[in-house]
Parts: sequence; C-alpha cells; structure tokens
Amino acid sequence: MSDENKISRRGLFMKLGILFNGLVATALAVPIVRFLASSVTRGRSGSYLSWLPLGRVNEFPEGETRLATFRNPYVMPTDGKTVDTACWVRRIEGEQFQVFAVNCAHLGCPVRWFPQSGLFMCPCHGGAYYRDGARASGPPERGLFEYPHKIENGLITIQAGELPTPGANVALLGNKPPCAS
Amino acid sequence: MRLLAQIGEWFDRRLQLATPIREVAEHPVPRNTASWWYVFGSAALTVFLLQLATGILLALIYVPSASEAWSSLQALNHDVTLGWFIRAMHGWGSNFMVAIVLIHMVQVFLFGAHKFPRELTWILGVFLLLMTLGMAFSGQVLRFDQDAYWGLGIGASIASRVPIAGPTIVNLMLGGPIIAGATLSRFFALHVFVIPGMLIGFVALHLLMVVKLGINEWPMPGRLVRRASYINEYHVLTKKAGAPFVPYAIWKDLFFAAFVLLAVAACALYFGPFGPTGQPDPTIIQTVPKPDYFFLWLYALLSLLPPSLETPSLLIGPVLVIVGLLLLPFLSGEGEKSWRRRPIAVLTVLLIAITLGTFTHLAGYTPWSPHMNAWSGDPVPEQFLQRRSALERQGALVFQVKQCRNCHSLGNLGGQRGPALDSVAVRQTQDQLIRQVIQGGGNMPAYGKNLTPAETTALVAFLETLHPRGQIPARDASRDIALDEDQAQRQKAQR
Repeated sequence: MSDENKISRRGLFMKLGILFNGLVATALAVPIVRFLASSVTRGRSGSYLSWLPLGRVNEFPEGETRLATFRNPYVMPTDGKTVDTACWVRRIEGEQFQVFAVNCAHLGCPVRWFPQSGLFMCPCHGGAYYRDGARASGPPERGLFEYPHKIENGLITIQAGELPTPGANVALLGNKPPCAS
Repeated sequence: MRLLAQIGEWFDRRLQLATPIREVAEHPVPRNTASWWYVFGSAALTVFLLQLATGILLALIYVPSASEAWSSLQALNHDVTLGWFIRAMHGWGSNFMVAIVLIHMVQVFLFGAHKFPRELTWILGVFLLLMTLGMAFSGQVLRFDQDAYWGLGIGASIASRVPIAGPTIVNLMLGGPIIAGATLSRFFALHVFVIPGMLIGFVALHLLMVVKLGINEWPMPGRLVRRASYINEYHVLTKKAGAPFVPYAIWKDLFFAAFVLLAVAACALYFGPFGPTGQPDPTIIQTVPKPDYFFLWLYALLSLLPPSLETPSLLIGPVLVIVGLLLLPFLSGEGEKSWRRRPIAVLTVLLIAITLGTFTHLAGYTPWSPHMNAWSGDPVPEQFLQRRSALERQGALVFQVKQCRNCHSLGNLGGQRGPALDSVAVRQTQDQLIRQVIQGGGNMPAYGKNLTPAETTALVAFLETLHPRGQIPARDASRDIALDEDQAQRQKAQR
C-alpha cells in the first residue's frame, strides 16, 4: 500500500465524523421539510375545501346579483378578518344560481358588480365580465371563477376554501355549468 | 488620553484588529476616484444600516399577526411617541434604498466597473438588487392593509401561472389555502430574518471584494481593459499615483451619507408614514389596490400586455432579465470602460429608464381602469343637453344610467378605458354606433343583452349629437342613395 492511500487513524475518524453529521442532518431534514411543505401536502389531500352555506335561497332576489360572505373553513388563531371571504351570488330564477369568486381571473383583484350596465368590473387592470361571468373585455383570459354550489334545506351552499387563482388545479373552479346535486 | 490609549491597546492585543482595519482604511485608491460619482455605494450601505435600525425599532411595537398587525400600525401612527416618524423613516428609507441601489448600478455599468476583474462584485450586486426589491415587496406586505392583502393576491395569481408547480408555489407562498395569518407570518420571517441575513452576508462579500480588487478607476476613453495587463495598470494607478482612501476620498462619502439621511428624515417629516390604508378585510371590496412606487411600472405593464403575451412575459421575462444581468460581465468583460465610447450602453440605460418612467407615470392615473364611481359622480355636462330633442335627451339618460362614463369621458369627465366620446359622431356613422353598442368589440363589452331596442335607439340618437360645432356627423353615403331609391320607389307606387 502506497503512502498516499494510507488512511490515518485521525483521518478515518474525521471522515466518520463527517459521515455521522451527514446522517444526523438527513434525519433532521425529514421533519424540517415536512414542516415547511405542510401547507402544500394539506392542500393535496383536499382537506382545505368544504361545503359552506351562504344564506337562505329567498334572501337572494331572482334576476339579481348580490354580495354574500362566508367564513373560510380552514382557520388559524391569528387569521383575524382575513378568513371572511366575499362572493357574488347570482340568482337566475327559481333554484338556478351562479356563485362567482370576487377575485378577478386576471390577477385576483376584487371585481364589483354594476347592475345598471350589467357588468362585473375590476378596479386594477380594467377587466370586465358579463352577468353570467363570461369574459367581456380587458386583460383576463377567461371568465370569473365559479364555486360549485347546491341547494340543501333551502340554503344555498358552495364548495370553497382555497384562494381562486388562474393556475389553480382546483378542478372545482373551472367555468363549468353549475352541477345540481 | 493615556488611559484611553492603554484600554485600546488592551483590547487590540486580544482582538488584533487594528492593523487590518488601518490597512483597509488607508488602502490606496486611484486619485480620480475621489469623485462625487463614487458615493452611491456607500450611500446604499448607509440607508441599509438606517433600515436595520428603524426596522428593529418598529419590531418593538409591531405585531406580525393578521388579526393585530393593522391595529399595531395604527398604534404606531397615533399612540406611540414618534412612532409615526420611525414608520415614515423606514418607509422613505425603503424608497431611497431602491433608488440609490438603482443609481449605483447605473453608475457602475456606465463606468464599466463590471468588467474584469470585478465580475463577481457585479454578480453579487445583482443579487443585492433582487434582495432589495424582495425587501421592498415583503415590507409592503407587513404594512398589512388592503393594498397588502390584494397585492398578495396578485402575487399568488402570478405564481399560480407557473406550469405544473403553480398551485404548490401558491400554497407555499401563502402558507395555506388563502391569504391569512400564516401568510403574514412567513413574510415577516422573510422580511426580518431571511432576506436581511442574506443581505448582510452579501454586502460583506461585496465590500470585501471592493477592498481586495480596488475601486474601479475613473474610465478614460481609449484606455481599454485587457485581462493580461489590467492588474499591472491598476497597480500603477494606485501604488504609484494613488492616495489613501482615508482621508483622501472618504470625506465625500461621509458628506453624501449625512445628506441622504437628512433627505430621508426630511421626507419622513414632511410627507409622513405610508398608510396603512383600509383594514385587510376581504369582504370590503370597495378598494382600488395599488402597489408601492417601485412596482407601479409592473402594475402598468400587466394592464397593457395583450392577454396572450402576459403569462409568458411574466414567467420568462424576469428570468431573461436576471440571466442577462448575471451574464453581462462575461459578455463584455474587456475593452472600453468609458461611457463616452459605449453608445449602446448609454442608449440601453436611457431606453430602460424612459420605459420604466413612462409605465410608472401611466400607473399614476391608470387610464385602463374604469372609473368605478362615474355613475354616482358627475352628471352629463349641460352643453350636451341643450337644444336636443326628447329622444336625444332620453339617450343621454341611458348614457348616464348604463354607466357608459365608467369607461368613456364626456367633457373631460369619466374613465379613459375607451375613447372620449365628445366627437364620436364624426368618427362613426349611425349604423356603426348601433353595431358597436350592441356587439361591443375592440375591448368594449357587448351591451345588446343589456339595452332594450328603444334604449339603443335613444342612446345612438344622443351619440349622434356628439360632434364639434361646424363639423357634420359621419354618414354612410351609400345609405342615402339606398334610402333615396327606396323613397323613389315608394313615390312611384303611390302614383
């Protein structure tokens, strides 16, 4: 064995020491990464979404669009008012409803309903939508986000819990016709 | 004095820092770098230290909790002695820091200081710029008001557009499914621990390299940088013809640092703190969120990009800009340093400055946004109603009630989203007006479903009166002929 390849006692211990630290670091990385990723893993399991009542059906006049609020199902003690969320409820007629997120499909600013001109307008970048949520003009690439809804015991109930964003994979936020269930 | 000297000696025997500090202070610099153009780096450092100090002071009162942040800011503004002033210093300090860092960067670029051997100093500087912008954005979030809340929404909407990983990034960024307590807490951690820690480390390395490699000499037109000879040439400039940094050059840095601090304090005193605006309550939707000054250009850009270009620009643009800045010292690491002989460099800086300036200016009055209160606001000006028929006045009423002025101005009142309508009758014939109102197009929503035929007729009759005195409204000549023939035939039939 040549001199260069000879492993000294101290050299071996140093390498073992580094290896030992590496093992401990890997073991510690598991809880750290799981802690950091908890907000993602929880979302993947779908536990953010629930069915939330917005009010009695007859609180919403036919042919009109009204602002309703609901409390986000996932609450932390320091959330304050941020868990209260608004949405636009359009009662077409009878039990036919559409419930839109207030967040503009462009960049999430709160859209406002103008009954006189029959448009939702966004104050940020000038997006506009028709009364059925379809895109009318401006930078949005699509119509307003729509919450899935159902009517139970005379209550209009929506499935919500996540911030609607243009790229969200929450299939529920697509521009699909309301599903009656 | 002797006692002081003895105490100093006692410490230095243990710390052994006096010699290296003296060496750094007295390191020779080229004589012509003792210029007022070379003060921006030290000014940026000064403002950074000010931000550290005022930031720590604010943290004594501020509560990073979504339920209490807003009220703790109100307490700072109104209850705590001089709390408003410390907030104002921190807010204005942030604006000054971004501005000075940008000026420093432009000066460094125009003086060719990014060239050999200072490439890494430039690269660290690019990261320092990004961190400064990161501090500016996260700081705006900590001012947890309506702007901060909806600003986070915009951030999340942009992040969500990343292919595949978008929703994951949004959940990571928000710390949960929505903008709430966890979001504020993680931006607090970023703003107070993570980014400042990185900033301190990067600033230290940046300064170390300035000392080790020497400050960039004043660029002389025609004196080219060559990798083979530059170190020797610089050595001649410093060792043979240089002067010690302290006190030969430092006095200008000191004066400018004091001046900048005074300017921040003056702005803080005169203009006061920024916000907070309304409470971060997502059920209050009567709000017009706007970013802070240094992101206004982005706000304008997001309104003006065509929808199809937006996502690619948002996701690819920043990468290209950052990679371009990082590669710059390798693409032009040698050659001419003086801006007098680098016209493309000067034009690039001017082009970027004018572009950002124009976008920022546009964002100041947001011509793309509808005026949300036009209907409840001003009535149709009187001059447009005088000597009008009943139908035309009915049209003016439709015009007002259907909120056309959210987007169109009349008599200089109203939105600028669509064209001003003062002389629309000159531009469009009756048929074109009807088509535009009913079908929309060119960024105008279609109003067909929203207007009865009678309302449309009245509205168009009113629009047809909108032309300057002495100019006849546009008309379709073929239509006249068609009508004439029609009338002639009718007359024939009558006979």
